[in-house]
Amino acid sequence: MIRLERRPEPSRAWTLATPFVAVALTMVAGGLLFAMLGKDPVAAIRTIFWDPLFGDFASYSRPQLLVKAGPLILIAIGLSLGFKAGIWNIGAEGQYILGAIFAAATGLAIYPAESWIVFPAMIVAGALGGLLWAMIPALLKVRFGTNEVLVSLMLVYVAEALLASMSLGLLRNPEGMGFPGSRNLSQYPSAANLELLPNTGMHWGVLLAFVAVIVAQVVMARHQLGYRIRLAGESPRAAVFGGVNPGRLVVICMGISGALAGLAGMFEVAGPAGRLSIDFNVGYGFTAIIVAFLGRLNPVGILLAGLLMALTYIGGELAQLQMNLPLAAIQMFQGMLLFFLLAVDLLTHFRFRLGRGAVA
Amino acid sequence: MTIKKLLLGATAAMAVATGAMAQDDKTKVGFIYVGPIGDLGWSYQHDQGRLAVEEAFGDQVETVYVESVPEGPDAERVLTQMALQGADMIFTTSFGFMEATMNVAQKFPDVKFEHATGYQRADNVSTYSARFYEGRAVQGLIAGEMTESNIIGYIGSYPIPEVIRGINAAYIQAKKVNPEVEFRIVWAYTWFDPAKEAEAAKALIDAGADVILQHTDSTAPQAAAQEAGDVITFGQASDMLDYAPKPRVSSIIDNWNQYYVDRVGAVIDGTWESTDTWAGIDSGMVEIGEITEAVPAEVREAALELKDAIAAGEVHPFTGPLNKQDGSEWLAEGETADDGTLLGLNFYVEGIEGDIPQ
Repeated sequence: MIRLERRPEPSRAWTLATPFVAVALTMVAGGLLFAMLGKDPVAAIRTIFWDPLFGDFASYSRPQLLVKAGPLILIAIGLSLGFKAGIWNIGAEGQYILGAIFAAATGLAIYPAESWIVFPAMIVAGALGGLLWAMIPALLKVRFGTNEVLVSLMLVYVAEALLASMSLGLLRNPEGMGFPGSRNLSQYPSAANLELLPNTGMHWGVLLAFVAVIVAQVVMARHQLGYRIRLAGESPRAAVFGGVNPGRLVVICMGISGALAGLAGMFEVAGPAGRLSIDFNVGYGFTAIIVAFLGRLNPVGILLAGLLMALTYIGGELAQLQMNLPLAAIQMFQGMLLFFLLAVDLLTHFRFRLGRGAVA
Repeated sequence: MTIKKLLLGATAAMAVATGAMAQDDKTKVGFIYVGPIGDLGWSYQHDQGRLAVEEAFGDQVETVYVESVPEGPDAERVLTQMALQGADMIFTTSFGFMEATMNVAQKFPDVKFEHATGYQRADNVSTYSARFYEGRAVQGLIAGEMTESNIIGYIGSYPIPEVIRGINAAYIQAKKVNPEVEFRIVWAYTWFDPAKEAEAAKALIDAGADVILQHTDSTAPQAAAQEAGDVITFGQASDMLDYAPKPRVSSIIDNWNQYYVDRVGAVIDGTWESTDTWAGIDSGMVEIGEITEAVPAEVREAALELKDAIAAGEVHPFTGPLNKQDGSEWLAEGETADDGTLLGLNFYVEGIEGDIPQ
């Protein structure tokens, strides 16, 4: 008989191998799905994974990968710190929206004056917006013991309502013929978050995402905060005895993830999106949760996972365009990725054993 | 830097080459949809138009589409990919694609763009829309006659002129046949979200509404009305016949087929030019779906009469005397609203309660 046995320690080899195994399994199962839809599975997989990188028009889609992955990575890095410590900020989408609102409001308040100070001021405002929104679930948890999963998630809907109100009211473009949405910040030179080098997709937000990866790597490996986070996640009781203040850790982790999500919103509203509108948020805050886990809560892993996720989005569009694959099939394909990751994850903590166990 | 420039140059060259190649061969027509084509509403009807193009031109055309494209940077990327892959013409079928359409159109001057319900045009960008408010007037008449509680619920998507026009047009006719009528308006802030739409419908039914009008695309309000019992609804964008004869008693159908066939034909013939189209019942772009037997015969006849009169140009749904909500005069006796005012309509007519969200 085959049975599962808990490993005394999580397997290092499997921790590293699971994402690759999961991607491979996704390709196989996804290929089957595409074949059942009557499409050539090899061509479909190649369109999704290969064409955006090396296809005919890769010089356009490669930079787009960075544009799409930037906010995912930035948000996921912030989330991963808390997740490691067992602090579950599920509301990054809301913090992303608030960062964008704060930043856009700051920029529009100064419009049309040109000054070098506008962009830095918007960055500060964006971080602050996300931070403040994340402080609500953080302080409620510390003070009243509320569940941060629920509170942070519910605040996403509040943030969406606020976004609608801002797009229709306070921040509406006075020259927009009554249609909802703010002025276009990417056409306001002092506020625009443009590409740093033409046709690279590299804007300030992508750059910051890379910096965040490096900083997070250093903090987790070398800094005392990283130690505390790991300790709190692995053994909360031991952490308390070891001098970790759990309340302070909640505030710090929620604060960092909120600020980074807010920054992601800021760079998006000033750059690729350009303007605040009712549909400004497209789910980066939620997808980043998947990215964080796909990347094993490890900064470099998150970098790769963010790029992979972006690849499936852009490749998925290409597959729709070139092969008439339905969107639902692409979304199933993306879902499979997380499903297989979690399934294969079992092997990190357990191993298969033949024969009967000695312990009942 | 030089490598970047080279790459950019190569991309542009390829784009031109592919565009030219496609012209020799088949005309490639792209469509982007804001919702899933299975929404049985807005995006579904646009996709019907795409299928009509395929049927009309057969091997002469190749169509591609991408569904559920978020309005914003994602739309711009999808449009660019379409243009790079040799599309000769692209229909962008939602108001929110306006900026993306204009940006991409600037980069690909040889590709023809057709943007639905927008107001920005260029040499290679046309706009088109339908006078849905004409259909709304017919709906308003039926709604006013049919309501017993005198409360009509209205699910708005976004408070933009197109939606506000519909509310006003329906209210004016409903009030005409039933002076007691009241409108309750709920804003869903979405074009397609079955859960939100169902919630809105339920809230309106709880508030006493026995007629629900919707400017959102899913059939969720129809389902909610069916569950509640004695509530009637109207199909939006597509016929939604699955819910006939009741709760769905009629519908406004957007029929883009002829327009799409005409415009693609113009590209094939080389006669395409940038235009601004706003067509109504008379052109067939706005259709009134079958009025079911749940509606008494005399009401049905009155509704059809109104429809014919609008199509013949004898009746304009916005004809004075009409006051604005604040009581100030909008249209004098016999005066009709001009298209400019209608396109930017941002106020309710007198009698509608509540504020337009700002």
